[in-house]
Amino acid sequence: MSRQVKPGYARALDIRRGRVDLSHGGGGRAMVQLIRELFARHLGNAYLEQGNDGTVLPPLPGRLVVTTDSHVVSPLFFPGGDIGCLAVHGTVNDLAVMGARPLWLTAGFILEEGFPLADLDRIAASMARACREAGVQLVAGDTKVVERGKGDGVFITTSGIGVVAESCTLSGAAARPGDAVLLSGTLGDHGMAIMSQRENLGFDTPIHSDTAALNGLTALMMQHADGAIRLMRDPTRGGLAATLNEIADQSGVGVLLDETMIPLRPEVEAACELLGLDPLNVANEGKLVAVCDAALAPTLVQRMRTHPLGREAARIGTVIADSHHFVQMQTRLGGRRMVDWLSGEQLPRIC
Amino acid sequence: MKYIDEFRDGALAADIARAIAAAVEPERTYRFMEFCGGHTHAIARYGLPDLLPANVRMIHGPGCPVCVLPIGRIDMAIELALEHHAIVCTYADTLRVPASGGLTLLRARAQGGDIRMVYSVDDALRTAREHPDREVVFFAIGFETTTPPTAVALLQAAAEDLANFSVLCCHVLTPAAIAAILDAPAREAPTGVPLDGFVGPAHVSTVIGSDPYAAFAGAYRKPVVIAGFEPLDVMQAILMLVRQVNSGRAEVENEFTRAVTPAGNRKAQQLMDQVFELRPSFEWRGLGEIPRSALRIRERYARFDAERRYPLAYRTIADNRACECGPILRGLKRPIDCKLFGSVCTPETPMGSCMVSSEGACAAHYTYGRHKDTVEGAA
Repeated sequence: MSRQVKPGYARALDIRRGRVDLSHGGGGRAMVQLIRELFARHLGNAYLEQGNDGTVLPPLPGRLVVTTDSHVVSPLFFPGGDIGCLAVHGTVNDLAVMGARPLWLTAGFILEEGFPLADLDRIAASMARACREAGVQLVAGDTKVVERGKGDGVFITTSGIGVVAESCTLSGAAARPGDAVLLSGTLGDHGMAIMSQRENLGFDTPIHSDTAALNGLTALMMQHADGAIRLMRDPTRGGLAATLNEIADQSGVGVLLDETMIPLRPEVEAACELLGLDPLNVANEGKLVAVCDAALAPTLVQRMRTHPLGREAARIGTVIADSHHFVQMQTRLGGRRMVDWLSGEQLPRIC
Repeated sequence: MKYIDEFRDGALAADIARAIAAAVEPERTYRFMEFCGGHTHAIARYGLPDLLPANVRMIHGPGCPVCVLPIGRIDMAIELALEHHAIVCTYADTLRVPASGGLTLLRARAQGGDIRMVYSVDDALRTAREHPDREVVFFAIGFETTTPPTAVALLQAAAEDLANFSVLCCHVLTPAAIAAILDAPAREAPTGVPLDGFVGPAHVSTVIGSDPYAAFAGAYRKPVVIAGFEPLDVMQAILMLVRQVNSGRAEVENEFTRAVTPAGNRKAQQLMDQVFELRPSFEWRGLGEIPRSALRIRERYARFDAERRYPLAYRTIADNRACECGPILRGLKRPIDCKLFGSVCTPETPMGSCMVSSEGACAAHYTYGRHKDTVEGAA
């Protein structure tokens, strides 16, 4: 062996100027290097270091909750977040609103040939930060590369595992007439933040996405009102309207909202007005809806307001008996109207 | 929200509602048509019928640009995309309007047509600049509100000599449609709708002014109150209409003085006149052929006229036989009078055009008001 040869040497990945190429998904050294020098640098932990085809996890007390979510948002970076933290929050929140304690995530990355490594690095760093803040660990991952033009930069699928107490009975079918409907904060921030960044809409006002992990808030709520909370949901795509219609169908009830109680940011309301959108249909990534025993609603709202993500929490409506399972709203004008599912597509590629 | 919240104040709405309740004569029925889809939408979205006495009935008019677009015109846009391989730029509402052969612009897009949603004609111009190797057609629809921007775009294209840009002009005129509705009873006797007055257009009137409605107040003896699109505007206009009817007046009144003047926006009118001329006749979905009711591009700008540039033939296509969009657009029937409403025709799978746009009478009723059709809702 000549003396120049350094066994196992590989020139460091050029994260600043480099780009994803097909070899990064090919299963060879380049792929291993990308995982080691980029992903593991941010997201590494003892589970990932097991380095096997699967990760062995310790046993858990309670029941397991599993969920999965794909993320295709465009643009990848937006005010208030990016696809990385969104991919963590989305899955953590799905577990949190089940009453579960989120523990572990897996992530699948579909990268497009030519995607800047610097952007991928930002995304991995953002995922790592979001995982730390939510108290979860990434325990398995996968990377594939598709030819230029066959993807849109990066798509991320995350799955999550959490644990829920045996006593937890949260269910979309548990709402009863007379229950209170609570909302943790302002509507439509995420959808309008994305919309404001679309190339053909030149908004100057900064609207920030609300993307955030809700497990801290849900834990606080469960701690103080376990048993009185019937269900929780995060109103993402389709907005509050879709979430409440789902609940109404699943529980076989109606819902009556009070428009004057629904918190909205003035800039979001103005942007919706301009584009002819209804904030009730616009996506959120850091809000939750809870249905609870009406007697407990005032206390629960007070508790929610002590958490940074629940500061603007409010009781926005009541579950009513309705064989048609309609969601209705008392408008601020005093009339009553339906709040229907969104028809067709309002904002494509928002999450 | 500044300058918006003031017009959505619940306490003021209750005041106006009380004034309307006090003003109506109990033995009389008041049938007012809100011409514009914007008003239809506001009425449904804010639940205004709940604030009105039972003998004040709002009838939805044809002022929804997507609803009155005939199938043949959508077919032309689809043909431009699929057969002439042009990039077709369009407002989002038109994407789901059913066309011939089970197609919509959205389905044509899935078949490979390059159809792009834009928010303004300016986006279409930019698309043409960015793709000099492609033909770009703007599918121009709408009343007098969207017409001046199209005129500006055509002038801009001429100034830039933007050779790959053209416009499929489907702009229509409001006064002609109102006249067609008022003339209809003669043709449709005895089913013609008896109207006691009109809530006049908001945005259209900012362009054309309040003067063009004088004929309806004069010759047809129908009160017209031009109103803004906010719910308090609509409530105030209804009160003004009730007072006109009670006192036997038929005048053009302007509730929307913050934006509408008698003569309108002369600059916009001049731009429209410079670029467009009257078509002898135009087919409206639901209303049929209406003479001098639409615009086409003047000879001088012919090279930007998609109808002259491509071998497009317009064909009249009849609506589904059970579809009641026509009578609904003329105010003769209500959405729930249609057998298709809420069964095979829903916002997800619209059969008729009134179910497509959120300003359409059927879509507005389906989305915001169908709880009232149930036994519980009526109770």
